[in-house]
Amino acid sequence: MTEQQTVPLDIRSIGTPHPRVDGVEKVTGRAAYAVEHEVGDVGDPLHAWLVTSRVPKGRIAGIDAGPALAHPGVVSVLDHTNAPHLDDTSNGELAILQDDRVHFHGQVVALVLAETSEAAREGAALVEVRYDEEPFEAELREDNATYRPDQVNPAIETDTDEGDVDAALADAAVVVEQTYRTAYEHNNPLEPHATTAWWRDEDGEPALSLFDSTQGVHGVVSTLAPMLGVEEDQIRVRAPYVGGGFGSKGEAHAHVLAAALAAQVTDGRPVRLAVTRQQMFTLTGYRTATISHFRLGADADGRLTAIEHRVQEQTSAVREFAEQTASPTRMLYAAPNRRTSHRLARLDVAVPSWMRAPGEMPGVFAHEVAMDELAVACGLDPIELRVRNEPETDPETGKPFNDRRLVDCLRRGAERFGWADRPEAPRSTEDGEWWVGTGVAAATYPAMVQPGNQARVRFLGEGRYAVAIGSVDIGTGARTVLTQIAADALGTGPDAIDLEIADSLLPPATVAGGSSGTSSWGGAIVAAAQRFRADHGTEPSPGAETTASAAENPNAEKYAFHSFGAVFAEARVHRWTGEIRVPRLLGVYSVGRIVNPATARSQLVGGLVMGLSAALFEEGVRDPRFGHPVTQDLATYHVAAHADALDVQAEWLDESDERFTPMGSRGIGEIGIVGTAAAVANATYHATGVRVRSIPVTADRFLE
Amino acid sequence: MDADITLTVDGTERSVTVDTRTTLLDALRERLGVTSPKKGCDHGQCGSCTVLLDGRRHLTCLALAVAYDGAEVVTADGLASAELHPVQQAFLDHDGFQCGYCTPGQVCSGVGVLDEAKQGHPSLVTEDLEAEVELDDDEIRERMSGNLCRCGAYPGILAAVREAAGR
Repeated sequence: MTEQQTVPLDIRSIGTPHPRVDGVEKVTGRAAYAVEHEVGDVGDPLHAWLVTSRVPKGRIAGIDAGPALAHPGVVSVLDHTNAPHLDDTSNGELAILQDDRVHFHGQVVALVLAETSEAAREGAALVEVRYDEEPFEAELREDNATYRPDQVNPAIETDTDEGDVDAALADAAVVVEQTYRTAYEHNNPLEPHATTAWWRDEDGEPALSLFDSTQGVHGVVSTLAPMLGVEEDQIRVRAPYVGGGFGSKGEAHAHVLAAALAAQVTDGRPVRLAVTRQQMFTLTGYRTATISHFRLGADADGRLTAIEHRVQEQTSAVREFAEQTASPTRMLYAAPNRRTSHRLARLDVAVPSWMRAPGEMPGVFAHEVAMDELAVACGLDPIELRVRNEPETDPETGKPFNDRRLVDCLRRGAERFGWADRPEAPRSTEDGEWWVGTGVAAATYPAMVQPGNQARVRFLGEGRYAVAIGSVDIGTGARTVLTQIAADALGTGPDAIDLEIADSLLPPATVAGGSSGTSSWGGAIVAAAQRFRADHGTEPSPGAETTASAAENPNAEKYAFHSFGAVFAEARVHRWTGEIRVPRLLGVYSVGRIVNPATARSQLVGGLVMGLSAALFEEGVRDPRFGHPVTQDLATYHVAAHADALDVQAEWLDESDERFTPMGSRGIGEIGIVGTAAAVANATYHATGVRVRSIPVTADRFLE
Repeated sequence: MDADITLTVDGTERSVTVDTRTTLLDALRERLGVTSPKKGCDHGQCGSCTVLLDGRRHLTCLALAVAYDGAEVVTADGLASAELHPVQQAFLDHDGFQCGYCTPGQVCSGVGVLDEAKQGHPSLVTEDLEAEVELDDDEIRERMSGNLCRCGAYPGILAAVREAAGR
């Protein structure tokens, strides 16, 4: 593979609010999602419906498929006794229908194939599964979250310890020691996870095709191939439209295996499998609840001398996922003494996974409410406290930050929000029957470029270029911004670019996650375009083609690359009912150059809205007696609605980070959710004088 | 049990055999191949399946198809002819969506809201039940709250419906 050292782009289309190139398809509903495709002359699709376990742990004693098979329209029932075998069963979450073990409530134990979805659904209800139940544990508590994982997501240190935290705390003029909690949260993209799968014979070899609702088509291929015992080139995954993901479609979950296995027994007919909204609460990942024990020590003027952040949270016994909740604590503020740790309860529960800003979201909530408490304890303005604790270099690595502009974000936000007029004391402002207050919090997210991306540029003649990379647009605007990047990289207009994405037959692309998509894919496109010009000049022949990846960025080892932001919230808390409203929410961000102001604003505002939703509503309730989620639909698991999103605004500093990417951009997908819940919680404290240290912040907390 | 029904979908009369358990949403999506209305929850909790049913916005996942023989269905796709419906154009102009999955339902709901306001239907936040309804921001937010958007495009959707309402 050709590697190309990129140089910064001449900016023309980048920075302009180019309308979404797929907008018409979306506002008409013509855009086809994973189970909306006609897949050609391979037969009418069969509908699959998953049967899930009703006990949290044990063995399947027997399955009677008879009543289901007798139901008109039901074609077959697959379970562990008759399902095709997988070559690799090491991934306990994905290796379904292979044995009689039940690892959590809601695990796939069978599936029904039928001619219609009605018959499949009824058939699933008729499958009789008997269990030999075993003792289980499904409750996260402080006394059972004691297991120390080898590393935490994605592959970082479990614990850190610098200096002497205990001595510093003993000497500190001011100490804040509190515990903060975040609820179980479920990603809940509006499009449920769904897959269309069909096998065919290709030159005597089986070949699998999928339309999948995924954040990364190549990742699905590399996950499935060894499990199914085929080569990667025998699998093709496409995801032209994906109805949101927020991390939950970042990796293949069990339903994808279910569809691929089911399609092995249909003589080539395609299988359509849509996970139900209820099943999404166990089968597609979620954010663990977190418990953050914080100790902050400071001198009398608010300078931190010690930070301790001990995290407790849960993973699943069947597959480990350790949320890196203390990760941002390692770099957010200066302190000579610092200790962080993660301990898990390994429970008989569904497998937690990525949800927008894993680690940063719950970790910064805890840290930033603790900082608000420290500001109160020191008698300092919360912004001034943060300014006093700015580090000169990255506390975690010792490297210089590249453009750490947290203070600029705080000051710009303060100006726009009218922070100077804020009364210092809480419970100072009444408006009719409402207490009114404001709060602030910092936001941060690491900037990442993922290795392993390639792009292809081909000249089509008449000024047009085909640009291809297998990345996925899950709603972020990738299809649009990559078109703009390609245009600037080739020195042409966006209308001259035919962009192909979302197909694993295209050059490899990494996942749409970790705010790394545009940086990673865009960098590959720039590399291919600049290499194309080196190879073929400015007047190429039609058909001239170059495939390339970006060479490693020489700055990567020199600097600590992070984005920063400041979130401001106004909260109104009703004196008699405790009802909470957030009339104003503002985020100011330092995220490098914005590629497309229209789509970027939507993404940052969307992050703020999801953060508001976490602050006030989202709470997965579980019943430890049975090990299942009680709230498993959108009527009981509340997310923010239109009426909750009042004045929500995002802006960004005018800047460019060409040390990081040739576009000057750094990534914007996650940071909007970071810090938002803390700003809201801090605003409710300022309104009422009642300190709430857990989210969601609910009305009852103000009525005690 | 099967039943034969006829629906007018986006201006075209369609005959279809449905199971008596078939929802209007599944009749459209799985039996007629009309996938503009989306299935987000199948329980009437998200609004993604909203269409205009005999002129009013309706959740098709909570409707059994067999009960709607002869009905007229207009989806977001059917709202656009040679040109986009003004509500759709306003969604584009205000970037009132990201992933696009809830969008056809939001668009149909927005069109329904404009018509309901014109007919004087009050909402929870309407103060004067006798006066003409003015679609201020609170009215739009309240009336659109049956349509969830997990991407959080609410401010853009509000701006789009506000513009389509002529404000």
